[in-house]
Amino acid sequence: MSAVSETALFEGRTFDPTAPLTPSGNLRRRAAVSRIVQITATAAAVFAVAVLVIVCYGVAVRGASALSLSFVIQNPSGLAGGGIFNALIGTLEIVAFGALIALPIGILTGLYLTEFAGPRSRTANALRLALDVMAGLPTIIVGLFVYGLIVIPQHRQSGFAGGVALAIVMLPLMARSSQEVLLLVPGSLREAADALGVNRWRAVISVILPAAFGGILTGAILATARAAGETAPLLICDSIGFNPYGTSLNLFHGVPSVSMFIYTSYDLPLAQAVTRAWGAAFVLMLLILIANVLARLILARSRAKMGR
Amino acid sequence: MRTKQRRAGRLGDRVMFGLCALAGVLVILTLVDVVYQLVTNAQPAISRFGLGFVTSTDWKPNFGIEGAAALLYGTAVSSLIAVVLATPLGIAIALYLSMMAPARVRAVVGPLVELLAAVPSIIYGFWGLVVLVPFIDKLEPGLHSALGFIPLFGPASPIGISVFTAGLVLTVMILPIISALSRDLFLTVPSELKDGAAALGATQWEVIRGIVLPTTVSGVSAAVVLGLGRALGEAIAVSFVIGDVTAIHSSLFDPGSTAAAEIANQFTSPVNSLHTAAMFYVGLVLVVICMLTSVASRVIAGRFDVTRRVI
Repeated sequence: MSAVSETALFEGRTFDPTAPLTPSGNLRRRAAVSRIVQITATAAAVFAVAVLVIVCYGVAVRGASALSLSFVIQNPSGLAGGGIFNALIGTLEIVAFGALIALPIGILTGLYLTEFAGPRSRTANALRLALDVMAGLPTIIVGLFVYGLIVIPQHRQSGFAGGVALAIVMLPLMARSSQEVLLLVPGSLREAADALGVNRWRAVISVILPAAFGGILTGAILATARAAGETAPLLICDSIGFNPYGTSLNLFHGVPSVSMFIYTSYDLPLAQAVTRAWGAAFVLMLLILIANVLARLILARSRAKMGR
Repeated sequence: MRTKQRRAGRLGDRVMFGLCALAGVLVILTLVDVVYQLVTNAQPAISRFGLGFVTSTDWKPNFGIEGAAALLYGTAVSSLIAVVLATPLGIAIALYLSMMAPARVRAVVGPLVELLAAVPSIIYGFWGLVVLVPFIDKLEPGLHSALGFIPLFGPASPIGISVFTAGLVLTVMILPIISALSRDLFLTVPSELKDGAAALGATQWEVIRGIVLPTTVSGVSAAVVLGLGRALGEAIAVSFVIGDVTAIHSSLFDPGSTAAAEIANQFTSPVNSLHTAAMFYVGLVLVVICMLTSVASRVIAGRFDVTRRVI
């Protein structure tokens, strides 16, 4: 390179080979802007994690004082004594009932969309839209719907109605996750089954579903965890005349639940009751976080198995 | 023997298809029935108040006067606060996770941010009331003295319960939705485009502004609308921190109410059957809004490939 072209390159500035190789002028400004953006983005991520930590810490610190083994395995007694065993079992019962409805329908819907409907099927598009809209329904609206559908005709709120409402909350989550997982099942498995002359239904039951099992299980756990924390539908469908100290677990009567326990305990004018609400919130959060971590582990394992 | 087997196979196929189609039909029917139930149960209120329901601000169940305008205003304002705050934050988090974070950090931070979505709304409400509200109580006077010339930032509420607080709780609740969806979108941006821009000397911010954001703008918008839909319909968490006051105040620091929160607050103790019907009417209005946002989100996302422009 001649000295002339170097001068041209640096726009009149003379070339100084001993100068340090740091950006200057416009380039330095651009690098600084980029740096600021990077720092902002990092700060945003730190903020989100901090919020999670603050929420969990806030609940844990306040809940820990109420927490003990007897809090989890005893029924409530008196106005603000005993434990939340009945609410835990009640939540388990309502959620299990809801899952019993939502899981098969969700998986079948996923199967319909991936295995039976053509790529340009109008029915499938309508169904996808319906699932999106259903996922976007406010849970309190789901509660109102089930109130009109079941509670009014039966003249009674019940764990049954609450379970149906939770099923509607779970269904779109379940359908979407099973659809996603079924799409991940390699097409070669389907082709291999076809080549062996296996009927479609046998292929679904013995090839496709087993291959997608891990992912479907993950979706099921996440949907169940989501439903277990829902309060709004239970408030509408399973709370009037609700007795948090009731130990009846008859599905066709009011069934206690952890989320409603928190909701009602908070209303009691007793410091003890609020502490117990924190304790219940801690237990609920712990269960849901554990379920989420578990679901992720299962997903990671099944991904590894499918070679992805 | 073989024909029998084949016939059984065909029958099995049909049963399987029938079951799957039935499940799909059930989903669509449920959705139709949601609207039907809301309309039927809201009928007394619909015939009494008509369409004026959504523009009347009086919510006086004791006097048989019900109008949803104040509730809809509270819903709109609290959700807008949430969207305005959560969109830049969520996009920034998504950019960090998809382009800047080292793989190990990403593997930990990504799931942690998504866990924010797993925390139940009752816990957000309870936490918001006991932990966030006292904090807001300290924050609001400062905001008022700094920005008080804007009517939105009026005198601080006495105890920190306000539409603003509700907006903050909603921000935390929709943040993981926006950030997780945006991150997935950013990861789909072809690396040739990004690398090409970097090779031409673009800084990371220029790659983001020139390549990543333009190619994903409609997808990110869809995610934001999805978050908006979630915020509009949140009942329990909001009902804890918003104060249940059905009036329109210009200041964000005044208590208010939202459509969903009002249903959560009053549904279990209605003063008369008209009150219940009015709450179903509020639910009907809310469900129409939420359905529109769901459809809008889908339409916007569907334009994902069309609007892709390369600078």
